[in-house]
Amino acid sequence: MSALPFHRRHDVRLAIRYALAILITIVFVFPVYWLFIISFKTPDEIFAFPPVWYPKSVQFANYRVLFKDGDAETVLNSLILAGASTIFAMILGTLAAYSLARFKTGGENFAVWIISQRMMPPVAIVFPIFLLYVAFGWVDSFHGLIILYTAFNLPYVIWMMRGYIEDIPLELEESALVDGCTRWEVLWKVVFPMARAGLFATAVFTFVFAWNDFLFALVLTRTEVTTFPVQVTHYFGGQSNFWAKIAAMSVLGTIPVFFAVATMQRFLVRGISMGAVKG
Amino acid sequence: MADLKVSGLHKFYGKFHALKGIDLEVPSGEFTVFVGPSGCGKSTLLRTVAGLEEASGGRIEIGGKDVTWARPRDRDIAMVFQNYALYPYLSVEDNIAFGLRARKFAEAETQKRVARAAEMLGIGALLKRFPRELSGGQRQRVAIGRAIVRDALLFLFDEPLSNLDAQLRDDMRVEIKRLHQELKRTMIYVTHDQIEAMTLADRIVLLRDGVIEQQGSPLALFERPATKFVAGFLGSPKMNFLKGRIGKGVVTLEDGAKLPLPSPKGKEGGAVIVGIRPQHISLGAKGSRTAHHVIVELVQPTGTRLHATIPFGGSTIVGEFDAHAATKPGAQLAIEIDMSRAAIIDPATDKVI
Repeated sequence: MSALPFHRRHDVRLAIRYALAILITIVFVFPVYWLFIISFKTPDEIFAFPPVWYPKSVQFANYRVLFKDGDAETVLNSLILAGASTIFAMILGTLAAYSLARFKTGGENFAVWIISQRMMPPVAIVFPIFLLYVAFGWVDSFHGLIILYTAFNLPYVIWMMRGYIEDIPLELEESALVDGCTRWEVLWKVVFPMARAGLFATAVFTFVFAWNDFLFALVLTRTEVTTFPVQVTHYFGGQSNFWAKIAAMSVLGTIPVFFAVATMQRFLVRGISMGAVKG
Repeated sequence: MADLKVSGLHKFYGKFHALKGIDLEVPSGEFTVFVGPSGCGKSTLLRTVAGLEEASGGRIEIGGKDVTWARPRDRDIAMVFQNYALYPYLSVEDNIAFGLRARKFAEAETQKRVARAAEMLGIGALLKRFPRELSGGQRQRVAIGRAIVRDALLFLFDEPLSNLDAQLRDDMRVEIKRLHQELKRTMIYVTHDQIEAMTLADRIVLLRDGVIEQQGSPLALFERPATKFVAGFLGSPKMNFLKGRIGKGVVTLEDGAKLPLPSPKGKEGGAVIVGIRPQHISLGAKGSRTAHHVIVELVQPTGTRLHATIPFGGSTIVGEFDAHAATKPGAQLAIEIDMSRAAIIDPATDKVI
């Protein structure tokens, strides 16, 4: 065996471990970096060879075009759709989850039936929904997509929140009931504070699901409420791709999610592991 | 005045009949203990009184008001739970004030009451802390504090000491008893621990399989049990039960030993069970006419006393003697049995004759 003393061997092992970690990080982070950097490049720099690893000067021209043409508004549209549907899904879903967890509404297997709705491939119902929306006149409307995203996220919210609520000791609620709270007050004063981590984690995921939807947004929108993922596809042309716009738009579309996850990270880590144990 | 009156109370969980027609009155200001083995319905009874379980039939009155179908908040009760049920996201102070704020008490009054309760329970220094920073005993004090600030008509305790270690349990038992003497409020306390029941209660309600087996003062139940179950449940070590037959002024045990009957009981020749408490077996003089000569099988010293297991009367009995009785396994003993305090039980009905 190696003649190195123990602490030296330990150092070597640590160095290898760090080197590997850095390598893996580069592999994963580089595409993100590349996208980010392209959004600030001039057209010449984008196609230059050898590649320009970092731009000589930061150009905001690509972003300026997006805002001037109104393309950037699609991010706002996505924000409204994902935000509103998250709020509705969280309110309805948490109440439903409480009912399932505490009153065993619909019996023991009802929750499984609900989550099974989530497992259906969305593409299977895109056509019926399209026809339905045409009949209702809901195509290319905010409320149409908000209702759809809310409906689609409900099973997930119900399933997750049911698990979190079941983890709350029943005595906490009973004690509050005896102490003079109504059911609604128990929800506000006991269930929500106790399930705070779960609420935030579930809300972030719900938001991201709606944010990333492409299929429904593609089929059910025209010009009024185009979302940002749909807008990005407009830059893939038959003859050429608008790399600068794709990059800038993608950066714009990532910012809200980035901030949502960053601010809630504290809850996310706890929330995800809580959900992992149960539910 | 009865603060709690329960009549004909039934509770079903699906097909399981948990409470089978409970009739009960809890007089004002008394400390009543519901005791019994697990599954006897004592907790269900308490929770039904609190309104946390819905009655399947019967009537519950609190303070003379029919509350059978009332919500828990409308029953004028305060409750302490086994696992403390403290809100981890609230400080001790806010935990204690929770019920007062839920009932929209003025903030000045709330502060005053919280301070008083904290002082009574010796947790004044902990008010700014959070439950996770407290020991088990401190948490239970906070839970009790949250109940007593409420000034409710009825205080309910659901096995509040079960989660504490033995030493703390003794301390808290004293604390609860002292609290009752100071507050003079009606308290109902559920436990499976017969020692807790005996030491705390003004009145014991002993439940078994969803019915009240016997109720009365601790001494009444201890000295005059109505059934074999009550006789065996209360007291430590447990009462000894020996099979025998009634003879002329005596009970003849299975091995032929005879025990005198102080008063005529049962039919001559009839089978009986003799219940003898370990404390009513004493050391007698060797050669005495009334003494039984036995050989000790096993000895368990407890410090002040000594529990000896002795083969006797076709079975084994436990006797309680002084710690210095110099008894060891194999030793010969002469024992006297105080038959005036024995329970004579009819084996057909398990009732004490």
